[in-house]
Amino acid sequence: MIASVACVSTAPLRLVTPEDRGVRVSQTGSVPMIDSESQLKALLAGMSGVDAVGVDGRCAKLATRSIKRSSKKAAIDLAISMVDLTTLEGADTAGRVSSLCTKALRPDPSDLTVPSCAAVCVYPDLVAHARYVLGPSSVAVASVATAFPSGRASLKVKLMDVADAVDAGADEVDMVIDRGAFLSGRLGQVFDEIVAVKAACGEAHLKVILETGELVTYDNVRRASWLAMLGGADFIKTSTGKVSVNATPQAALVMLEAARDFAESTGHIVGVKVAGGIRTTKQAISYLVIVNETAGSTWLTPEKFRFGASSLLNDLLMQRLKQQRGAYVRPDEFSGD
Amino acid sequence: MSESLANSQLGAFTYDPAPESTGVVRLQSSYGLFIDGTFTEPSSHDQFVTLNPATEEVLATVAQSSDADIDRAVTSARRAYDDVWSKTSGAERAKYLFRIARLIQERSRELAVLETLDNGKPIRESRDVDIPLAAAHFFYYAGWADKLDYAGFGLNPRPLGVAGQIIPWNFPLLMAAWKLAPALAAGNTCVLKPAESTSLSALALAEILQQAELPPGVVNIVTGDGQSGSALVEHPGVDKIAFTGSTEVGRLIQQRSASTPKHLTLELGGKGANIVFDDAPVDEMIEGIIDGIFFNQGHVCCAGSRLLVQESIADEVLRRLVRRIDQLRVGDPMDKNTDVGAINSASQLARIEELTAYGEREGATRYTSNCALPEKGYWFAPTVFADVAQSHRIAREEIFGPVLSVLTFRTPEEAVVKANNTKYGLACGVWSEKGSRTLWVAQRLRAGVIWANTYNRFDPTSPFGGMRESGFGREGGRHGLEAYLDV
Repeated sequence: MIASVACVSTAPLRLVTPEDRGVRVSQTGSVPMIDSESQLKALLAGMSGVDAVGVDGRCAKLATRSIKRSSKKAAIDLAISMVDLTTLEGADTAGRVSSLCTKALRPDPSDLTVPSCAAVCVYPDLVAHARYVLGPSSVAVASVATAFPSGRASLKVKLMDVADAVDAGADEVDMVIDRGAFLSGRLGQVFDEIVAVKAACGEAHLKVILETGELVTYDNVRRASWLAMLGGADFIKTSTGKVSVNATPQAALVMLEAARDFAESTGHIVGVKVAGGIRTTKQAISYLVIVNETAGSTWLTPEKFRFGASSLLNDLLMQRLKQQRGAYVRPDEFSGD
Repeated sequence: MSESLANSQLGAFTYDPAPESTGVVRLQSSYGLFIDGTFTEPSSHDQFVTLNPATEEVLATVAQSSDADIDRAVTSARRAYDDVWSKTSGAERAKYLFRIARLIQERSRELAVLETLDNGKPIRESRDVDIPLAAAHFFYYAGWADKLDYAGFGLNPRPLGVAGQIIPWNFPLLMAAWKLAPALAAGNTCVLKPAESTSLSALALAEILQQAELPPGVVNIVTGDGQSGSALVEHPGVDKIAFTGSTEVGRLIQQRSASTPKHLTLELGGKGANIVFDDAPVDEMIEGIIDGIFFNQGHVCCAGSRLLVQESIADEVLRRLVRRIDQLRVGDPMDKNTDVGAINSASQLARIEELTAYGEREGATRYTSNCALPEKGYWFAPTVFADVAQSHRIAREEIFGPVLSVLTFRTPEEAVVKANNTKYGLACGVWSEKGSRTLWVAQRLRAGVIWANTYNRFDPTSPFGGMRESGFGREGGRHGLEAYLDV
């Protein structure tokens, strides 16, 4: 039957090739120079919209992934290595930061195969102490800055805040964007602040907190992600952990899509950090699944993906032991912080 | 930048097998017919085997209904209608429907596993779509049973009598629910014939009907091939035929029921157009296209099997689609992480292979996922054809498999013309962030179902059905009652 067809031409079967696969970080692109607010606005307004129902549906589907056995073990260790162990309380003291640093260096002293965390995240005044305790280890010192968490201060004050943290030895600075300016359309102001803070960071890596819970719509999340990346962010981060809606899988998905698209068009790989409300291994693994199926292997490293969390670490340790022993241990098996 | 960073592998973090246990299902070696409330032996010894399409293992043997068996089933349904069901109040009928819905929920895990064993669809879909929707249809129509006076057909609308219902193999239990729930709510009794290759979940439903203590004969379930279906269609005791399946068979049924008093509704094939404008939400649109064609291995009559994409974004959409199909996890349907399962039968696989071979010979560019396919069972790797012309067979004929044909358009007018240029008219999708354009297009599309910025979403409250060669009549919603009422 097939032989009788009148052929125009015969095209060969084309299996999907390595070039088609995965996310190709651009080798020739560059980050566009932003010269004016109107140019920035036009660029962000020209981006494709985000359909909220579709984002929710995609996240619900990815949440059904069942991660078992060796993949679960690998995911737990990866997640531990991605934790920015965080304490951001008014009651923080040098003593508390010390114990947090010790924990980040060696999360489970009874098992040296447990990787260290990626960083310890503190307020600027405790950076020097954290730096002292961590010494020359692989664990970085991250500091929130720019009038965290609200960002309600003049640029001058924000920059001094950043300088304080950097001078005290912070390897990473977590800044907040001015949500008020963003929501009222003063995108140039938000952009300029990021550029200025980036310059003040010097060698330190800059994480830009979008506070997605206050931006509310996924369109805003995508545009703020691009704005931050255009401004020079090394990381874009969901939340401060200080508002009612913090990291959500949906926000993470939209931000990972933005980071992926940014890398494909500019050749610049920007990391993503989810923070606030991530307490369980199950949550952490579901974020890793989103990374895995949205942005891919380049982002599946502590250099490009982080969890800002505190209680998550002990749950990861508990699940890790459960995988080894087949049964849960008491929570008291692990240090509080 | 190192090559490994520059090429970010999607799915590089591999998932260990996470198979759902099949222990919840107790298969019998052979199944009889469900007539008059009990499982009975067929009159002849004809049987056929039902396979697990993912492994080609025999699951069970199923009875082939003879003309005599069909007659027995119709007679039982008639008696149940005359003596019991037509005298049962709507509120009472609702109680049975609610009970059935709850029992489906209670046995949902077992039903999902059984459906996946017999059909080859991924357990994620049978668990998250088929079974919950089947229960939802019974719940929904249970609510209508005592409110028929308010359904818009006047006071006291009468049922038709005995309904003969023939369902396909792509959503076995869900299609049974689509057929039985409105028929019973409206006061009809039923003879249901599941598809030959997927009888098991309907027989499990028969057990549920027994558990629900539905009066004997109100629903009879007869298994068999097209012969049995034909006997049911031609039986003079049947007042109503409801058929879901191929257009060829639908046409035969319509011919045979012509010049008889039988009421008829047909839900047939489709060649759904998914229309993508350049202002569509890109990431969600890609997922929607994937859902539209690879959901249930493309064994979906309303599948979005033709992608009409605005020329200005065609390259970008194709690039993302090709990347995405390679990411689909094809394999063991019982694995909770499987996205695309097995093709339902050897004959369906042959049909897909024949049409895709045509696609290549007609000059379309074929992209096929590199995924490894299991050695046993019936499998077809997700495939996208680019450079497809309106005149290609793969743009005109229903493939009923995981194969997408991509065509382009320049203006909304052209998109509408191309979308409507098909003998079918079941479903279409429109992707745009501009509501006015979506509505403009939707008003001009000749299809029973139009999705905006989504695809393949089903809900019992929403009517579903086709026009032209996709059939007539609606299932679901208030409209679905009309097919089973004498109005």
